[in-house]
Amino acid sequence: MVRRIILSLILAFYYISPSAAMDFKLDEIAPGVFAHQGQTALMDRENEGDIANLGAIVGEDAVAVIDTGGSLIEAKAFIAALQQETSKPIRYVINTHAHPDHVFGNGAFVGPDVVFVGHKNLQRALSARGAFYLESFRAAMSDALDGVVIVGPSVTVDKATMLDLGGRKITLQAWSPAHSDCDLTVLDEQTGTLFAGDLLFVRHVPIVDGSLLGFLEVAEELAKIPAVRVVPGHGPLVAAWPKALDDQRAYLTRLTADLRAAIKKGDNVADAASAAARSEREKWRLFDDYNGRNATAGFAELEWETP
Amino acid sequence: MKIVASRRWRPAGLLCVGLVLGALDGALAQAPAPVDPWPDLARDLFQGRAITNDDFVVLEAPARAEDAAIVPMTLRFKAPGLRRATLVVDQNPMPMAATFTFGETAGVTFISTRARVNSYTNVHAVGETGDSALHAQVKFVKAAGGCSAPAVKNMDEAASHLGQMKYREFKSAESGHREAQIMIRHPNNSGMQMDQLTHLYIPAHYIDKVVVRQGETLIFSMEGGISLSEDPNFRFSYAPNGAKSISIEAHDTKGNVFRQEWPIGEAS
Repeated sequence: MVRRIILSLILAFYYISPSAAMDFKLDEIAPGVFAHQGQTALMDRENEGDIANLGAIVGEDAVAVIDTGGSLIEAKAFIAALQQETSKPIRYVINTHAHPDHVFGNGAFVGPDVVFVGHKNLQRALSARGAFYLESFRAAMSDALDGVVIVGPSVTVDKATMLDLGGRKITLQAWSPAHSDCDLTVLDEQTGTLFAGDLLFVRHVPIVDGSLLGFLEVAEELAKIPAVRVVPGHGPLVAAWPKALDDQRAYLTRLTADLRAAIKKGDNVADAASAAARSEREKWRLFDDYNGRNATAGFAELEWETP
Repeated sequence: MKIVASRRWRPAGLLCVGLVLGALDGALAQAPAPVDPWPDLARDLFQGRAITNDDFVVLEAPARAEDAAIVPMTLRFKAPGLRRATLVVDQNPMPMAATFTFGETAGVTFISTRARVNSYTNVHAVGETGDSALHAQVKFVKAAGGCSAPAVKNMDEAASHLGQMKYREFKSAESGHREAQIMIRHPNNSGMQMDQLTHLYIPAHYIDKVVVRQGETLIFSMEGGISLSEDPNFRFSYAPNGAKSISIEAHDTKGNVFRQEWPIGEAS
């Protein structure tokens, strides 16, 4: 009975004020470079979309934010946490790609002096998917989705661009289709900190929503960036560079090899998708949530290779 | 236990259950829409004719869509003489994915394709026999989770290879039959998505008709296509008639016509 009462009090608290529950941790991982670790989970009402790693880089004049989280609630908590660390204004909001866990918080940052920055394909991806995401995540997120709007980039990056935050330059680089078809990375030159977005998954199984072969190629190019540390899009806050790419490469390579073998043998997509990369299962979290999907998309991509 | 306990604190009860059972939250909330669209769809698509639920047409669809943009679906036909088969994704913005019409002597025993699945939905396969009787099977497909979307993954790639085709042959499991696959590069944009940034609908551009022949004889034609995946893909068996080549003609909604012909390999 006591347990039930306690439970009910906790529930009542959540019900009245879901936002009050947001416990947002922001770490300074290098001088003037902040990062927040998202949970390794799918977005839902309980985690309020807080599943991706987010970042902020503070210059002498301004702050650049890297991704905005999966809800307005999370984004507001992010802003509040950032204001504890600096009084500099947020001038740039950089989205590493179009997925909901990275862009649903954009609305909280909108202001007359805030510039939204993304890959040249970001707008197109948000146009094609934004409405669907808003609708499809309502079921899992319920009222935690309230107020979320799709905010596209006002400045886009074709290949690479540099932003000056005042005594601090950051390099933005746009990549060819890999994790998605609008992946962008951010490098803080001063500390050698690379924000890889979802071009790097650590422990969280990689997700392929652009091109399987492209992901492998782009990751090899990415490895050449002379960074000191990397913040993956999902997984631990900081990982060793470029060693952090090893497990992801092994997974994508295994998946590719298994799918090619299945296609050569004449397997159909459903059978191939349920069998491919199974040997990697124990190494990854959320494997059962995403491997089948990676394999399905990968099969459809690799089928076009000349046998 | 938790469900019982939470019922005592209405009206927040239902939400509380969702919170406590975090993992189940999505499943509970994503139940199919309360209004079943099928009666209306059946009336519109089949003019209210009687439809028998049996296994004349067997529908194979996954219980859960792994990728919302590419959900494999197979229609198997038990007896010969099927005139038409229609694949309907009930909850999609445009439910009719494809209607296949078969050549009289084509002997098609199955056809596999891939559809987009926007949300939790029933999928219907409806076959029409020579006597105009309708036979249906239904499967429930759970929507894909995460950032999966029924959209093109690599738009530049899709656009730059528009109309490219690929043909493959496989060893058929059935004696006297051949198995083949035809793939067409096409973004197959449904045009149903509203651009949240401009509030304009993205123009539709999709394959709306496909005709596949051995020699001059029809194997099957396909109409519809709006809910079919990008790069429409058909794998099927057929009874060979001795023709030396197989051909495809595909039309899209912008008036493009794509044609290709391949030699049929030696019987395996």
